[in-house]
Amino acid sequence: MTHLEKLVMMANQIAQNLTHEPDPAAAVAAHIRLFWDPRMRAMICAEEVGGLIPTAKAAVALIRPAA
Amino acid sequence: MTYQPQADYGTPASGAHEMVTLIIDGREVTVAAGSSIMRAAAEQGTAIPKLCATDMLESFGSCRLCLVEIDGVNGTPASCTTPVAPGMVVHTQTPRLQKLRKGVMELYISDHPLDCLTCAANGDCELQDQAGAVGLRDVRYAADATHLGQAKDLSNPYFDFDPAKCIACSRCVRACDEVQGTLALTMEHRGFASKISAGLASDDFLGSECVSCGACVQACPTATLIEKSVVEIGTPDRSVVTTCAYCGVGCTFRAEMRGEQLVRMVPWKEGKANHGHSCVKGRFAWGYAQHRDRVLKPMIRASIDQPWREVEWDEAIQYAASELQRISAQYGRHALGGITSSRCTNEETFLVQKLVRAGFGNNNVDTCARVCHSPTGYGLKTTFGTSAGTQDFDSVDESDVILVIGANPTDAHPVFASRMKRRLRAQNGRPGARLIVIDPRRIDLVRSPHIAADYHLPLRPGTNVAVLTAMAHVIVTEGLVDHAFIAERCDAEEYRDWADFVSLPRNSPEALEPVMSVSAADLRGAARLFATSGNGAIYYGLGVTEHSQGSSTVMAIANLAMATGNIGRRGVGVNPLRGQNNVQGACDMGSFPHELSGYRHISDDQVRADFERDWGVALDPEPGLRIPNMLDAATDGSFKAIYIQGEDLLQSDPNSSHVAAGLAAMECVIVHDLFLNETANYAHVFLPGSTFLEKDGTFTNAERRIQLVRKVMSPLAGLADWQVTQRLAQAMGLDWDYAHPSEIMDEIARLTPTFAGVSHAHLDTAGSLQWPVNAAAPEGTPIMHEQGFVRGKGKFVVTDYVPTDEKTGPRFPLLLTTGRILSQYNVGSQTRRTLNEVWHDEDVLEIHPVDAEDRGLKMGDWVKLASRVGETTLRAYVTPRVAPGVVYTTFHHPETQANVVTTEFSDWATNCPEYKVTAVQVSPSNGPSDWQRAHDARATQSRRISHGELPG
Ligand code: SF4
Ligand code: SF4
Ligand code: SF4
Ligand code: FES
Repeated sequence: MTHLEKLVMMANQIAQNLTHEPDPAAAVAAHIRLFWDPRMRAMICAEEVGGLIPTAKAAVALIRPAA
Repeated sequence: MTYQPQADYGTPASGAHEMVTLIIDGREVTVAAGSSIMRAAAEQGTAIPKLCATDMLESFGSCRLCLVEIDGVNGTPASCTTPVAPGMVVHTQTPRLQKLRKGVMELYISDHPLDCLTCAANGDCELQDQAGAVGLRDVRYAADATHLGQAKDLSNPYFDFDPAKCIACSRCVRACDEVQGTLALTMEHRGFASKISAGLASDDFLGSECVSCGACVQACPTATLIEKSVVEIGTPDRSVVTTCAYCGVGCTFRAEMRGEQLVRMVPWKEGKANHGHSCVKGRFAWGYAQHRDRVLKPMIRASIDQPWREVEWDEAIQYAASELQRISAQYGRHALGGITSSRCTNEETFLVQKLVRAGFGNNNVDTCARVCHSPTGYGLKTTFGTSAGTQDFDSVDESDVILVIGANPTDAHPVFASRMKRRLRAQNGRPGARLIVIDPRRIDLVRSPHIAADYHLPLRPGTNVAVLTAMAHVIVTEGLVDHAFIAERCDAEEYRDWADFVSLPRNSPEALEPVMSVSAADLRGAARLFATSGNGAIYYGLGVTEHSQGSSTVMAIANLAMATGNIGRRGVGVNPLRGQNNVQGACDMGSFPHELSGYRHISDDQVRADFERDWGVALDPEPGLRIPNMLDAATDGSFKAIYIQGEDLLQSDPNSSHVAAGLAAMECVIVHDLFLNETANYAHVFLPGSTFLEKDGTFTNAERRIQLVRKVMSPLAGLADWQVTQRLAQAMGLDWDYAHPSEIMDEIARLTPTFAGVSHAHLDTAGSLQWPVNAAAPEGTPIMHEQGFVRGKGKFVVTDYVPTDEKTGPRFPLLLTTGRILSQYNVGSQTRRTLNEVWHDEDVLEIHPVDAEDRGLKMGDWVKLASRVGETTLRAYVTPRVAPGVVYTTFHHPETQANVVTTEFSDWATNCPEYKVTAVQVSPSNGPSDWQRAHDARATQSRRISHGELPG
């Protein structure tokens, strides 16, 4: 598994575990901001990252400007 | 301090609050009601002669040496079995008593070898002392029928048994029964023929059920059971109280010394975690501290294919610092990082994270707790507001029902297990606590002497969340919720959301039965039992955390405790059983990349400002890399140098080939350890570590109890670990100047609100302190959340079961789960270098008879264990202890390297690796795997030390 594939998997996992939050995408984005080092955030925010489930994708869109 | 044995009051403290006043030998004495006369006398300084009594054990009344006279009472009652009464008038020394006692002693001595001068226990023998105390001068009986000819049992590696010296007091038998709970010893026959036996008549100690805890040795008043080290070295001449460096129970010991040589470790009766008990590791397995494999000279090399070159400390430190500076200049400061160790002291851990944040200029610091209890930190902080267990160990005495999930206390937390087992056995008319075990394996606790779990739910590995949610379903839908507790303590709306969620039909035990492989009826029974039996306490271990839903499981446990009102008083609570001695402390000290000490996020400007002021540097507000992220970043090329204190990444982290690739991609790996561990095969700088015997500091155990570690001998390599980190920091230009670890603790206290009242001086007087220690709780906090949750309202979190991506299939049809056993400790670098090897000299693969038969495997066959990431070989151990479809092994030996097969899947919130679930195949094998062959070659190559070149 490449590093990027792993990050996608991690983001999806976070999304799957936060589906019950009132605003899942915001919760996933907050989690990633709190726990991921900036280079990991930059990688997941790069254009063309495939494989993200919808909530994770929405979360990534939320952190992208700050990455 | 010169040598004094620990005070012995003869019988245990009664624990009653009510006091009673009586007269002993003309002096008025006030003691707790229910105390024995013997204890009352001892508390006022009068030692009544005794042989069969000791304060670790209930009184027994067999030796008749402790007789006293009581006004108005006929005869001469035994003082150890007679309780005090108000106004009682007791005489402990009269001519009549003296004569009776002499007679008793004479009988004992007539059957005892009178070789005191050459006996190893000379000067430390109660029989000898008591003969003196009763004034015995001669023996009238002929020693015609004695036990003197009986053979010694020398089979245990740590203690001898010489039946010729036995006085049949049965203290050993009772210690094994009452204190340890193993019931390995029996007193065979009666009267003169009585004889202590370890199990069956044919058994010796080594072959018996004995787990070598040492309780019987400690209890024995004679040299019958005696430590081999005392026989070899002689009796100690001084003692220092310190804390065990193995597991999270945090037993305190008296290190009994002769000069700078350690003679024995004797569990300290005043220790609040262990109350005078121990396990084989802390009690006996300290030989590694002097092992010839210890590396005592710093070593460096430019590349890992070169042999090591021994150098002086200065050169090693300068080289390490210059490499770190070069790499920082070349690749940027984010290319550096450090790992703190849960085996080192709080002070050392604090320094390593400070070096990374203040010296390296980033937050790439993590700790081995990442791979064990990081989900505990996340889960308990989210639900309760504090990243720690809620109780002290003593709390278990007041539990009515105990739920153990994903923990194997008898192997991994033995001293606490003995305590728990005591509560699980019926005692003095009080029924034992009820027991629910949730574990894929039938761990020893499920059925052991006088203990049987009410329910054992042998779930399929990876389905903890499903099981706990199903239990919550039963509790909510059957109306077993503690609504008053929730109304007062928890967020009502979050509770309702959670209750609605768990009540969904898809969360019923029946619906989840096929997923969990647990009978719905049993699960309902267990849930009802837990919710309706009074005080319910939950204990859990790495079988909870080391999963892709580790954090969710911790939160599901917290939900269950809140729903049943089991938080905030004695006897209840959520109790993580911590693996290593200082996992709690390493987490508290700010070892995680996203938070400073006391669990405060690095992005918090206010908190950062406090540290910046104190340290005089600006701190990076962004979270750093966690261990697995560091390895990934290394293979990507953005992470280049690491300082690793006391942690063997290669052996303990999952997917060994990936770890090896990450380490190999770095330009500077600094390993600071006792031994050339597996990670050191990839290191460029080796800094010799010091053992817990060689330094001062503190450890924090699973109960949040901070205890002093005291230096009992000089560091063999010249420097304690905190001094090495300080030298490295100084070489990198930091102005550190700590003269003693107590100064580091002062800084921790200054910067960490939960530690505000902690200092070495305070710990020295208090013995130990459980954090928070602050203005509100100057003497610490045994039970958390008594007046409401730390976070305000307790938070129910919906924990939906998300199956792991690690799935069995035709290629890998079995699930591997991993764990550890009593005699070995984690990667084994310490215990493998002790005589504990006699119990476990290799890792084996437990496999169910049906799965073994399907594969044509027999007990002891070599098998290949393969997963999608790697394969290894080891021997099969065929046992129904594991369920069909599940295999189990330990990870104590580098030769097997179980982590070659574990995968990089991890907890969603914390990246704690999913060690407990790997899809594998098992097949017959006749030799080592490719990994093992390559690894052996690399290890041999990499461990070469060149003695030809002089330090340059
Ligand atoms: S060492 Fe412990 S387990 Fe073994 S016989 Fe003695 S008390 Fe029992
Ligand atoms: S072995 Fe020691 S403790 Fe056990 S009965 Fe004999 S003298 Fe007492
Ligand atoms: S239970 Fe843990 S702390 Fe206690 S002696 Fe054993 S290893 Fe040490
Ligand atoms: S000490 Fe009381 S009867 Fe032995």
